[in-house]
Amino acid sequence: MRLTSRADLQQARRFYARALAQQTTKILVCAGTGCIAGGALGIRDHLVELLTAKGQKVAVTLTEEPHGQEISVKSSGCHGFCEMGPLVRIEPSGYLYIKVKPEDCEEIVEETVINGRHIPRLAYSFNDKIFPKQDEIPFYQQQTRLVLEHCGQIDATSVKEYLGLGGYSAFEKALFDLSPDDIIKELSDSGLRGRGGGGFPAGKKWAEVQRQKAKPKYVVCNGDEGDPGAFMDRSVMEGDPHRMLEGMLISGIACDASEAYIYVRAEYPMAVNRLKLAIEEATERGLLGDNILGSNFSFRIKINRGAGAFVCGEGSALTSSIEGKRGMPRVKPPRTAEKGLFNQPTVLNNVETFANVPEIINKGAKWHRSFGTSNSAGTKAFALTGNIRNTGLIEVPMGSTLRTIIYDIGGGIPDGKDFKAVQIGGPSGGCLTKEHLDLPLDFDSLKKVGAMIGSGGLVVMDSETCMVEVARFFMNFIQNESCGKCVPCREGTKRMLMILERIVTGRGVVRDLDLLLELADTISNTALCGLGKTAPNPVVSTIRHFRSEYEAHIVEKRCPGHVCAKMKRFSIEEDKCKGCSKCAQACPSAAISGKVKEPFFIDLDKCVRCGACINACKFQAIQESW
Amino acid sequence: MSQELSAQLLDEIIGAHQNSPSAVIAILQDIQERYHYIPKAAFAPLAHRVGVSEASIYSVVTFYENFSLEPKGRFIFKVCDGTACHVRKSTPILERLRKELSLASDEVTTADLNFTVETVSCLGACGLAPVLTVNDKVYPAMTPSKVSTLLAELKEELSHETN
Amino acid sequence: MTKGVMTIDGVTVEIGEERNVLELIRKTGVELPTFCYHSELSIYGGCRMCIVEDDRGGLIPSCSEEPRDGLVIKTNTQRLRRYRRNILELLLANHCRDCTVCGRSGACRLQDLARSFNIANIRFINTALNPKTDLSSKCVSKDLNKCILCGDCVRVCNEIQQVGAIDFANRGSKMRVSTSFDAPISESSCVGCGQCAAVCPTGAIIVKNDISDVWRELDKKDTLVTVQVAPAVRVALGQAFGLADGENSMGLIVAALRRLGFDRVFDTATAADLTVREESREFAQSLLSLRSMPLFTSCCPAWINFVEKHYPQLTPHVSTCRSPMQMFASVIGEEYKNCGQRHVHVAVMPCTAKKFEAAREEFKTNGEPNVHYVLTTQELIQMIQQAGVIWEDLEAEGVDTPFSVLSGAGVIFGVTGGVTEAVLRELADDRSSTGLKKIAFVGVRGQEGLKEAKVTVGGRELAIAVVSGLGNARNLIKELLKGSRKYDFVEVMACPGGCVCGAGQPVASLPHRAARGQGLYAADRLSSVKRSEENPLMAILYNGVLKDRAHELLHVHYPGHEAGSSI
Repeated sequence: MRLTSRADLQQARRFYARALAQQTTKILVCAGTGCIAGGALGIRDHLVELLTAKGQKVAVTLTEEPHGQEISVKSSGCHGFCEMGPLVRIEPSGYLYIKVKPEDCEEIVEETVINGRHIPRLAYSFNDKIFPKQDEIPFYQQQTRLVLEHCGQIDATSVKEYLGLGGYSAFEKALFDLSPDDIIKELSDSGLRGRGGGGFPAGKKWAEVQRQKAKPKYVVCNGDEGDPGAFMDRSVMEGDPHRMLEGMLISGIACDASEAYIYVRAEYPMAVNRLKLAIEEATERGLLGDNILGSNFSFRIKINRGAGAFVCGEGSALTSSIEGKRGMPRVKPPRTAEKGLFNQPTVLNNVETFANVPEIINKGAKWHRSFGTSNSAGTKAFALTGNIRNTGLIEVPMGSTLRTIIYDIGGGIPDGKDFKAVQIGGPSGGCLTKEHLDLPLDFDSLKKVGAMIGSGGLVVMDSETCMVEVARFFMNFIQNESCGKCVPCREGTKRMLMILERIVTGRGVVRDLDLLLELADTISNTALCGLGKTAPNPVVSTIRHFRSEYEAHIVEKRCPGHVCAKMKRFSIEEDKCKGCSKCAQACPSAAISGKVKEPFFIDLDKCVRCGACINACKFQAIQESW
Repeated sequence: MSQELSAQLLDEIIGAHQNSPSAVIAILQDIQERYHYIPKAAFAPLAHRVGVSEASIYSVVTFYENFSLEPKGRFIFKVCDGTACHVRKSTPILERLRKELSLASDEVTTADLNFTVETVSCLGACGLAPVLTVNDKVYPAMTPSKVSTLLAELKEELSHETN
Repeated sequence: MTKGVMTIDGVTVEIGEERNVLELIRKTGVELPTFCYHSELSIYGGCRMCIVEDDRGGLIPSCSEEPRDGLVIKTNTQRLRRYRRNILELLLANHCRDCTVCGRSGACRLQDLARSFNIANIRFINTALNPKTDLSSKCVSKDLNKCILCGDCVRVCNEIQQVGAIDFANRGSKMRVSTSFDAPISESSCVGCGQCAAVCPTGAIIVKNDISDVWRELDKKDTLVTVQVAPAVRVALGQAFGLADGENSMGLIVAALRRLGFDRVFDTATAADLTVREESREFAQSLLSLRSMPLFTSCCPAWINFVEKHYPQLTPHVSTCRSPMQMFASVIGEEYKNCGQRHVHVAVMPCTAKKFEAAREEFKTNGEPNVHYVLTTQELIQMIQQAGVIWEDLEAEGVDTPFSVLSGAGVIFGVTGGVTEAVLRELADDRSSTGLKKIAFVGVRGQEGLKEAKVTVGGRELAIAVVSGLGNARNLIKELLKGSRKYDFVEVMACPGGCVCGAGQPVASLPHRAARGQGLYAADRLSSVKRSEENPLMAILYNGVLKDRAHELLHVHYPGHEAGSSI
């Protein structure tokens, strides 16, 4: 059904809203990547099967024809509570069942769907307290879900549900009631800053593109979420694709662009499929294409898949990749807004930024400013991962503290270990430690402490993490992902990695720390692009906060986190050693010597820390220590 | 999985992208989807049709991690070594996999072209760390022993295929 | 309207037509170090050496920043020196440091900067890759151990020449300059123009050096070594000995060659007269038939390679005339074939592709190449220096008989448009001196990459195009194939500006290149014989050695030439 006028769109929204209202019971099976990997699709199918067998009227998708009351089983976007997947939520009761298995389905249908009773054994519990309803769980209670509003609430693959919940009303308003200047003013007033890392004011960017005279102009959505440990954009693309498309449409109106591209990481095949479907559905309905809703406005969106290059998250590298070239950043000026894709004016924002736009247009700048802090308005989605009890996808107002996120939402550190640090902003960011637990997380306060919000990956690290090894890990990542164009990044990160490798394997020397900091200074000041400039951040921030760990590795050849294998020490307990020489025979580096029938001795300079002697000793005489 | 390059198929793929030089990456992705690698024989016709030099196509292919100039295995393991997976110990999983497949340090694909083992910087499934994928299917919360079991299953599957 | 002023190191500078801050800085007399900036190439921004500091401590890469009113910058602060030193140190850590045995020693920008920045100690272990040097090409060699990845070669090959033989492969610290699949250069689409070597700031790509082979021949007692010198050499070689670019030093070059031991010295311009005559006839002939494609010139060997590798379907439309070097070699070979000694012929050329041409099967007689060795201008400079010949003490000498008469038309072959002008002089209806001037101003002179002219010959208006730079040639061919342009005659020189800017010449900036062209036109003005046909030597040759053998000795059939035209 193609919508050809404003009235058509409004009518469609009313129609699907009614259809949604008729779904008395809704079963929302999480179909995010995590839950699907855990078998969510099998669970969904099994539920449909069981319900049908019991003679229930089941709907898997929202139908076009008017229908009576029915039970719907939906594949929703990511609920965010990935650690506990697969997740199943039942509406209207709001019960959330975790770690659901196919064999639980029978009970869920019988007990909860038909008889309305709760099944405590499938509910989330913490400290012996059972939380039957999703919104009672601390993980959800402390969140403010604006961008992720629909993720987990609606069928992610259906434009009908999005319309039924008022979808494309912001686009309608922008198209018929607002001028481009109005849109940009609203956006500027809202204080929305780019969610991709830099935090550049979105309204200012749009205004810059609007000013450009050259035509055509392009809209580009950056879905190349490459930071390891971040999956917010993936969840939006998979869980609520139309929200993002609507944001892109609005920017098309504001900046007078009619061609758009979404650049999605190759590692996100499901996001690509859901976006393709969303674009198809929107095109079928006449929400994309020529003369949308009978207006003069035309807009087409193409999807480009990445091919495996982190640097393509950088704006000019991304546009270069869309042009079919190597993803190498280019010199600026000119800026992307002036000369971006195909050398034309280009609005380039990331997924979360575009997804913020429709509600700002609908509810106004003032509403948006009611969340977050004065300089960082709104909310921010974070991917909470690493050594934390509740890994998953969360959204909190800007300015929330790390303590709230880690302890209230994340449930703290598992296995009785201590919190040590959190890496924020991926390989471009820095680490925050205990002293930062009460720091408000927003663009500016993070910048002050040498970290950045980045795209929003939060990797939590416990006491048994070696910060030098973490720095080496990030440097290895950056070094592999450097495009190679500018000397400081290409050669400098290589040297920094070599030094870090030297340190974690016990070959570090004292002047290495100064050399690391000197290289870091050169790279961060002279590299060509943002990724190069921020590449030394993990090293600089770990040296700043954990200098003693570096010194332990370099001076004492000791790894306080008990991680670096080359720092292990092996010794022979004299009273247990019988002098059988088995260990010396097993040693590949001839580090063990001694007289037969007398205690043997390990030369740590020769020892390669392989542990072969431990396996060879029959008397447990060899001790491993840190 | 290496096959003779079909000129007709190549023609169709390039034609589907209107011979556009900006579609080079998409064309290469389509070729790789079909052949699991980029056959050398595809370079000259592709360069000619889209009007860019072979050296520049080679340049693009070697820039992006996902393109392979070597034939890949029937099953492609991608072990995630993103931060979240790394801190939840993904390295032993990779080591187990490579050891069981007897891959030398510079090899990624087994000689019989059954298995390819790669690492990826992040699959974006950090909530399930450590994860790996086999031909894009995600396997969550892996351990070295789970890897061994999975490998045994896949080998079993292969023996049925060949019978 | 004034664009305002900037303050550079305390000096107020008015902003003119400069595209970027770097050019403005250089205009104020500060030679800011760079590796990847070339005014003719796109801005790359990879070396980061040109970063400057503004008055608030902000860092600005001057190559990409547009000059703007009120900008205050410093180009040489302690911080900038530290960053530049670190960048140099990082480059050197990854670099083959055997400077003394490097082909670019003394002319290497990395070496120069390392010396001026006094880099005495490198704090990192040397990780030069040590892959084998690619010696497959007759024209250039590539040694990745010396590559600093500035991308100049890649950009000149792709942007200016549009040959596309090389590009970057891989990324990050594994990045390298590579042909497709890292094939040897000789098997790639490289045409041997050598412009990559001309822009390379280090010894990563250098022109092949054949000096030692030539010395060996000169040492042999029973060997007669003859040499021909191309027109473009005379206006560039002197630069190495303190002469201005464009100053004609042919007489001194002749003297130097004799001092080096060459037995006979000739001027390629003599043979250019043969080329003009042959080519004019072929052109006149071609006008009689109905052709869809113009007649393309054939003097430039890189252009011939370009046609063969990139547009083989155009081969039938390329003139069958041998290049002046090869025409002359045929004639000289005939002259000395019964001299009683082994005869070796050497050519001094501004060109790298000539080395390839000399080795082609088409130009061999009984298995022996007609030109045994091609030396570039740079190699001859090196030989003069090696032999210790004091340039200042040389006195101009004339070339040897029997080939000592030449016309001005032959001399201007070395500059873009020269061949066309010479051919037009031959064909034009107006034989007066005003007629000559008319031709000079018809639009074939000048440094532009594409020049077009309309000339009336025999009552018929002919459309002529003169292209230099293979990128310009490719663009023109595309239009010809599309049918959107039509010409009767097209002159192509592979190097932008023509042979005077060949990759075998000492490197020169744009104004110097123009001066070299002017130098050749000046030589033409001074010559008493303006038209090739008026050269008395021509009659002698055509009645002597060339009698009934002109086609055999002066023309060539490359593969595809026989195919006939049907485009």
